[in-house]
Amino acid sequence: MAHAHKLSILRGTVKFKSNTQKIWGVLILLTIVTAIEVILGIYKPEVLMGHILGMKILNWIFIILTIVKAYYITWDFMHMRDETASLRRMVVWTAVFLILYLIFILLQEGGYVEEVYSSGFIKFDF
Amino acid sequence: MDSTVVTTEAENKVWGGGNEPMRASYGKMMMWFFIVSDALTFSGFLASYGFSRFKFIDSWPIADEVFTHVPFLHGQEHPMIYVAFMTFILIMSSVTMVLAVDAGHHMNKAKVTLYMFLTIIGGAIFVGSQAWEWATFIKGDYGAIQTKGGNILQFVNTEGHRVALGDFAVVGERDRVQHERKNGLWFTSESALPTYTLQEVVAGFEANPDLLVRTQVINEHGHKTVLSRSESLKQLKNNGLHVVEGANLHVNEYGTPLFADFFFFITGFHGFHVFSGVVINIIIFFNVILGTYERRGSYEMVEKVGLYWHFVDLVWVFVFTFFYLV
Repeated sequence: MAHAHKLSILRGTVKFKSNTQKIWGVLILLTIVTAIEVILGIYKPEVLMGHILGMKILNWIFIILTIVKAYYITWDFMHMRDETASLRRMVVWTAVFLILYLIFILLQEGGYVEEVYSSGFIKFDF
Repeated sequence: MDSTVVTTEAENKVWGGGNEPMRASYGKMMMWFFIVSDALTFSGFLASYGFSRFKFIDSWPIADEVFTHVPFLHGQEHPMIYVAFMTFILIMSSVTMVLAVDAGHHMNKAKVTLYMFLTIIGGAIFVGSQAWEWATFIKGDYGAIQTKGGNILQFVNTEGHRVALGDFAVVGERDRVQHERKNGLWFTSESALPTYTLQEVVAGFEANPDLLVRTQVINEHGHKTVLSRSESLKQLKNNGLHVVEGANLHVNEYGTPLFADFFFFITGFHGFHVFSGVVINIIIFFNVILGTYERRGSYEMVEKVGLYWHFVDLVWVFVFTFFYLV
């Protein structure tokens, strides 16, 4: 097998000399992202408590940062960056499509049930 | 004639095995397929967690009030700290794994051995932490009363701080004993009785005028609603049914039992993945020591088990977000 690793992350902003160096670089990136999440999670700044698209801004930030982490784990730790485009699409597109569909359908339904509980004439606490 | 032979040879090359579509070996591609299907299983769990949470959006337990414990720091509340530590441990073991894969590419047996060993240690620390987290959650800390409608009533003092049942319950005479298989109705039994009875808790509540009841309902500030003294007494006397301490699959002192069910199911399923990952890593570790891959001329097996290990880390990143942060 040829081991040609692509050695730059963040769209080429940060370049590394060797694969080992890139691994440590990605670790630093993941640690920073996790630290931001934990700090935001502990202090919960009042500014980020507003709602956008039915969810708190803070929660949107958490979800986006999680996807950022997932991207770097898949692309650099699991070497997705070095696989052929067809393999990458086969794995990522399939998963992303099915998961988005599942999330949409279940959250939509959950919201509906909540609405029936809160505004329908159903008493469940007695 | 000649050209026919050539075609047959070419066909043998395609269908006779040894071919690598998408420049990935059979094993690696199958690992990717497995990861996709497993990712969908986990998404199913997390999405159904989201379903239940959306269903009970204004009474769901607040994770920061549930997971506040850190080992060796008794009685102190540090939400997020321990789970952040666990996340870091798992990311760190992912790094040692990918370093092992890299060392394998350079056919460096000593380094692969070392990094595989560190990965196993990281995995073991994580599983141990999760066991501790489970134990703490099952044990519970303050205790609560469950109402006839299945809701949870917790106790706070006038400053809004939580008060444990043991701090105010008035222990009196008891004639109720645990039903064992050998007495009463034979060959049926019940689980251990709670430390306090409902009457003792109510009596203690009446004797302490600065106690209030906190319900599951989340108000517009994102906090749980605290009832007035008279409301509290009314709720407790009219609706109180059981004393609940800790959490299991039936009851949960922190709020809806669904929260505990999902916690046990999702972190349990993930913990099982970590556990099997550690076992597979140990097998590969011994293969590395025995020189199996040195003789085979390729450390691709380390790469395959590495894919699985990183996937476990990947799932934890999502569990961390949806269980502890959001």
